[in-house]
Amino acid sequence: MIQISIISILFAGGVLAWLSEQFRPDGSRWVSLASIVACLLLLMNFNGNVSAALSGTSVAAQAQWWELVSAEWIPRFGVNLILGLDGLSYLLILLTLLLGIAGVLASWKEIHDRVGFFHFNYLWTLAGIVGVFTALDLFLFFFFWEVMLIPMLFLIAIWGHGNRIYAAIKFFIFTQASSLLMLFAIVALVYFNYQNTGVVTFDYRQLLDHGLAPTTAFWLMLGFFIAFAVKLPAVPLHTWLPDAHTQAPTAGSIILAAILLKTGAYGLIRFMLPIFPEASAAFAPVAMAIGAISILYGAKLAFAQSDMKRLVAYSSVSHMGFVLLGIFALNTLAIQGAIMQMIAHGLSTAGLFALVGMIQERIHTREMDRMGGLWIKAPRMAAIALFFAVASLGLPGLGNFIAEFTVLLGAFPTNRLATVLAAIGLIGAAVYALIMMQKVFFGKTRDQQADEPQAFADVTPRESVPLLAMALLLVALGLLPKLVFNLSAPSAETIAQAAQSVLPSSRLADTGATPALRQWP
Amino acid sequence: MQDYIGWVPLLPFIGFVLLAGAALFRKQEIPETLSAIIGAGSVGLAALLVALIGREFLANGAEPFTVTAWQWIDTGGLQAGFSFYIDGLTLVMLGVITGVGFLIHLYSAGYMRGDDGYRRYFSYLNLFVSAMLILVMADNLALLYLGWEGVGLCSYLLIGFWYKDAANGAAARKAFIVTRVGDTAMAIGLCVLFMHFGTLDIQQINGEAGAPGVDAGIATLAALLLLGGAVGKSAQMPLQTWLPDAMAGPTPVSALIHAATMVTAGVYLIARTHPLFEASEFAMMAVATVGALTLFIAGCSALVQSDIKRILAYSTISQIGYMFFALGVGAWSAGIFHLVTHAFFKALLFLAAGSVILSLHHEQDIFRMGGLRKKMPVTFLSFVIGCACLAALPFTSGFYSKDAILLQAWNHFGGLHWLWLLGTLGAIVTGVYSFRLLLLVFFGKEGSASKHCNDANTAIMSGPLLVLCTLALAGGLLTLPLAGVFTTDPAQTGQLVINHTAEIIAIAAPLIGLAIALFAFRKGWFAENAGSKTWFGKQLAPWWRNGWGFDAAYDALLVRPFTGLAGLNKSDIVDSFYKFTIQVSQVLHRQLSATQTGQLRWYAMTMVAGSIFILALVALL
Repeated sequence: MIQISIISILFAGGVLAWLSEQFRPDGSRWVSLASIVACLLLLMNFNGNVSAALSGTSVAAQAQWWELVSAEWIPRFGVNLILGLDGLSYLLILLTLLLGIAGVLASWKEIHDRVGFFHFNYLWTLAGIVGVFTALDLFLFFFFWEVMLIPMLFLIAIWGHGNRIYAAIKFFIFTQASSLLMLFAIVALVYFNYQNTGVVTFDYRQLLDHGLAPTTAFWLMLGFFIAFAVKLPAVPLHTWLPDAHTQAPTAGSIILAAILLKTGAYGLIRFMLPIFPEASAAFAPVAMAIGAISILYGAKLAFAQSDMKRLVAYSSVSHMGFVLLGIFALNTLAIQGAIMQMIAHGLSTAGLFALVGMIQERIHTREMDRMGGLWIKAPRMAAIALFFAVASLGLPGLGNFIAEFTVLLGAFPTNRLATVLAAIGLIGAAVYALIMMQKVFFGKTRDQQADEPQAFADVTPRESVPLLAMALLLVALGLLPKLVFNLSAPSAETIAQAAQSVLPSSRLADTGATPALRQWP
Repeated sequence: MQDYIGWVPLLPFIGFVLLAGAALFRKQEIPETLSAIIGAGSVGLAALLVALIGREFLANGAEPFTVTAWQWIDTGGLQAGFSFYIDGLTLVMLGVITGVGFLIHLYSAGYMRGDDGYRRYFSYLNLFVSAMLILVMADNLALLYLGWEGVGLCSYLLIGFWYKDAANGAAARKAFIVTRVGDTAMAIGLCVLFMHFGTLDIQQINGEAGAPGVDAGIATLAALLLLGGAVGKSAQMPLQTWLPDAMAGPTPVSALIHAATMVTAGVYLIARTHPLFEASEFAMMAVATVGALTLFIAGCSALVQSDIKRILAYSTISQIGYMFFALGVGAWSAGIFHLVTHAFFKALLFLAAGSVILSLHHEQDIFRMGGLRKKMPVTFLSFVIGCACLAALPFTSGFYSKDAILLQAWNHFGGLHWLWLLGTLGAIVTGVYSFRLLLLVFFGKEGSASKHCNDANTAIMSGPLLVLCTLALAGGLLTLPLAGVFTTDPAQTGQLVINHTAEIIAIAAPLIGLAIALFAFRKGWFAENAGSKTWFGKQLAPWWRNGWGFDAAYDALLVRPFTGLAGLNKSDIVDSFYKFTIQVSQVLHRQLSATQTGQLRWYAMTMVAGSIFILALVALL
């Protein structure tokens, strides 16, 4: 029931936040903060499962679903309300709620206009995301997939910066066109499954034994893949992201980069690989190549940007390439790494976007060429920025390193060339992260800021506390990665086993070209 | 005592947390004395702990032991603990890092006094010591990599310590990125090792790599990739270009990080995984070649520099070249011995140089110095001892270690070999540039800056200098507990044959260098513009001064193409495809909306035309 409660609280909180604007100007902010905190408290209910997982109870001993809710919705078409919660969903919901709080705090001073409606959209996006992370019925999944999209569109289009309408429409068309492909694939899958088994169902667990012909499965897999790859985003489907991120308000950027992108990765792990193991294995070399290209291409474009927010946006493209690489390496180690990357990248990117937001609030520009010397003015902000910059470049001791390191180690036996290219991306990350530090914080204060009437203030507690919390979490993940690994192990191992049963070569015994290549239809 | 080994890196880390955390809770800076006590005290305690553990370790027969703090990564077949492996090699490194590190911390307390970033300085320095300790104590390559990147970060932070000057930030970035190129090679090396051996545990890998029947191709590949990491961190060819620029940091930082400890991490890595290197003759030759070439070209560059710190930087590159050379010829313990003695005398030289720079109000050009021997007696003494060790004059510590390297190289190659020749030539060059430095700074006429000399040595600065003087002089008498580590090293197994020809040449080389330096100084050949019209002055010297053109080559071949390409593609070429679809639909939209004229006649006509078209189709088909 917890999943339903959380989703309902977020939906209801959204409505309440909209209404409360009437009574108190700050009302909506407090309502939305309270609703997210309430959800977080509800999630604490699973302390038992969490500590069991952390204490190292063997994977087999754990029940697959911590909580499973099932109710009829449209029986005629086999559509049910099935919401499940396991370690993987738990982690992602936790991330969603934590960064949800960070987003509310980051927008506290930034949003003045239609505050109630802002928080309505904000909470509904979060609700949609939580729904995506728990839905086990493909129809319901698609429903939530759309629910999170529309309010996000409003967040960008109404409260965004300069070129916000263009960015919002671009975001909408990319996501909508690709999710249309997924809808086709879902319907086709259900139809073919009906033909084979005589049962009409959207339940993902029943669809696992669809018995499709390999060619059909491959094309349907592609439909899912494109939808998820757009969300991820993977080159060349990434171009909506820099615009959407740059134009969105800070809270929107945080949600977009830190959580919304993860729904793509989640879809790959939860739905695409288990439903189409053979087709995915056949497609793996291509997907891993796309991952490696995304890493390098994203890093290079990040370096080229002069808009600080665009730089961070492109760095997301680069980092999510590791997720793609890891997932399609099809072994436990690399998939675990990909999941860790989802969490760690969520935290580090949210931190960077929040910092860009703070700087923009103060000097009304994101152009790094007009910054410089901010270390002198705001040493604490510089220290925090330094932390998130080195987290982003994968410094050991922080979560991002664990993620990238395990992805590389896991992916290397599967696809050496792609892994070596991905490793070169580590240099690229150092290049763009440090050029950002250099342009923004090093050197002397530039003249352009001298005309700013107010001095550049250092971070306030409202700004710094969430960032410090995120920083601490990144350190915790870097030193005790089992906080994530043990919770996500069942999902990662199930998927890896399914994939390994298709791929004859085991991870360490793999000797030559991936045999999967020959199964290309 | 041995169970407390985890406290060795933890103590400086606590120091870092206290110093860095102080900024969160206090608006004002904490007093300088408190920062210094926390900063130097934590490293001092760590040094004390190392001494106690070391005594127990040696009393127990130098038996290696492992301590696991906690299981760090454990998933999908990868197991890497936060575990420390202590043997003779680790202990030697621990001694150098905490001992020399403590002295440099003390010296810094005096040197940095009055700087805005006093607390920040010590917090970085403590973090560095902690990371460096983890690097040498790690029992698996994942943890070693953590320390490896950690020291790289601290190096970045400390080179760019004076952030108000953007050039320092650029130098720091260069250091980080160039070493990261090496680190990436190393990361790929870890992938190869993990794929082949299924573990990152160093002792297991060493055991399997040392066993007969190991795949030589894999060993070569893995060893070369690790060598890539080592040349980056240790500033060896072809990744040496960052170290001279790294001198932008405070001088005690150059002493600690860019001379005594961090830059020797590459040497440590190769020594630590020596069975892997021994399994591949090609990799060993590669290490020796890298070392010999680097020691020679960096020595030549040191010969023509005018900045006191850049001379020392190039000499560091050159001396680490000797260590690599030693490793490559299987003289493992001699290489580590040179690492230790170099840590003593190079830290001494850098700290003494720091005193000179501070006394001359931040003047670094040696041509503006001169005649300082009377004005700065302690510094002068330090320099004399440091330069004598660097040049490896007989009976100094540098002599014992360098002599051993050249001797074992001779034996390894079974006689005259061009790499040995480079090493010997390098020894002469070292003699020349060491005494050129000493003579130009402390003898001769007073330069323009010397006139304003004001000896800045306080007790807290001259104390460490004097201790280091003693260590540099007497360090050659140390016996390192390396017998159990390098079981294949002839010097440890007692099979070392001493060839007297090679021995005499090795003793003579630095003396020849000294003689050349004295002669050239007397002739005035070292003066600023001497020989500027000769071929040497016009062609060779500028080339050497700029590090043999490596920077220019990288700039032309890598940096500019990359930035150029990045600039060209700033607005993302992929996006133009989507923009193109927008344009297409807009054009179509305009064309189609042009048909909506609003005129009834036009609509009627098009309807008729359409009907005729359809009828025609029907009739034809």
